[in-house]
Amino acid sequence: MSTRTITIEVLRYRPEQDQEPFFQSYTVPCDEDWVVLDALNYIKDELDRTLSYRWSCHMFVCGSCGIVVDGEPKLGCKAFVKDYGDKIRVEPLGNFPIERDLVVVIDDFIEKLESVNPYLIPKEEKSIDDGEYLQTPAQLKAFKQYSMCINCLLCYSACPQYGLDPSFVGPAALALAHRYNMDSRDVGRKAREDVVASHEGIWECSFVGACSQVCPKDVDPAGAIQQTKITSAIDYVTSFLPGGNR
Amino acid sequence: MARSSKAIPWLLFAGGGTVTAFILPVMILITGLFALFGVFSGALSYETMQAFVGNWLIKIILFGILFLTLWHAAHRLRVVAHDFGIRADTGVAIVVYGLAAVGTVATVIALLSV
Repeated sequence: MSTRTITIEVLRYRPEQDQEPFFQSYTVPCDEDWVVLDALNYIKDELDRTLSYRWSCHMFVCGSCGIVVDGEPKLGCKAFVKDYGDKIRVEPLGNFPIERDLVVVIDDFIEKLESVNPYLIPKEEKSIDDGEYLQTPAQLKAFKQYSMCINCLLCYSACPQYGLDPSFVGPAALALAHRYNMDSRDVGRKAREDVVASHEGIWECSFVGACSQVCPKDVDPAGAIQQTKITSAIDYVTSFLPGGNR
Repeated sequence: MARSSKAIPWLLFAGGGTVTAFILPVMILITGLFALFGVFSGALSYETMQAFVGNWLIKIILFGILFLTLWHAAHRLRVVAHDFGIRADTGVAIVVYGLAAVGTVATVIALLSV
């Protein structure tokens, strides 16, 4: 297998000793089928044990290794070295505070995720003895795409609205709210609507679409938000009619 | 969190987007270019057009097109201001929606005066 020597420029920041983040270059002999995460693992194992970054599965399932590669939010395990030049710049995800090197603080996202009740709220609780909640293939198709989210936060890194206004609930959380709203087993839309249809919710989105472009699981959060806008706008208008819910 | 009233301008924006994409280019072609270069000069003569716009159904359709286009443009400008990082959203909204409201009133006056 052929190898290519590549310079990996990594944004370093160790709060106890660095005044501010800086780029550190490493020379890495990369196999042709390596991904950027392999290069980072090589650095960690062979060159510099102090480098910090998150990863787990190496197969774009866990969503841990989100980084910015040459300016674009990517999963480290899905960014193939062969698609880049001889110098690759690796930075932590944008729009989040850096905790250490490539590790960012994601507390803000976790809070927002919790705020949209991202779980099934069934009409009535059934015991296991009552059997499964049955669904047709069409009912499954209505939400399946939005259930593929792995919370990797590439969409938050790419979203210019989140960058401008951190109070924005953001693409992944809103797409997950949509995922449960579209589920035939769920009746929780009203519980989610106060956050989803607020100024900080879907209405903060100006449909730039960057979230859907960078999503490694083709969730299409921008599409989910636009669909939510239609139902929420109709909700809002009908709430003024007799019998409407305010 | 309170539900946002942005739903209303967004509905006008979404409806206006459809009108702006599909109908406005045809309107510009007919009233801007055809009339300017004398194409269909008979059908586009002052007298024919005045009689055409004098029809109430046409008035209502023209109002719908111009009203939605104005509010689409207003909301688009509000979003563009937002995208440029202008955080004075209320001020921007008052200015752009105010312009759309003035345009709407002007449209009504113009249509009623035919």
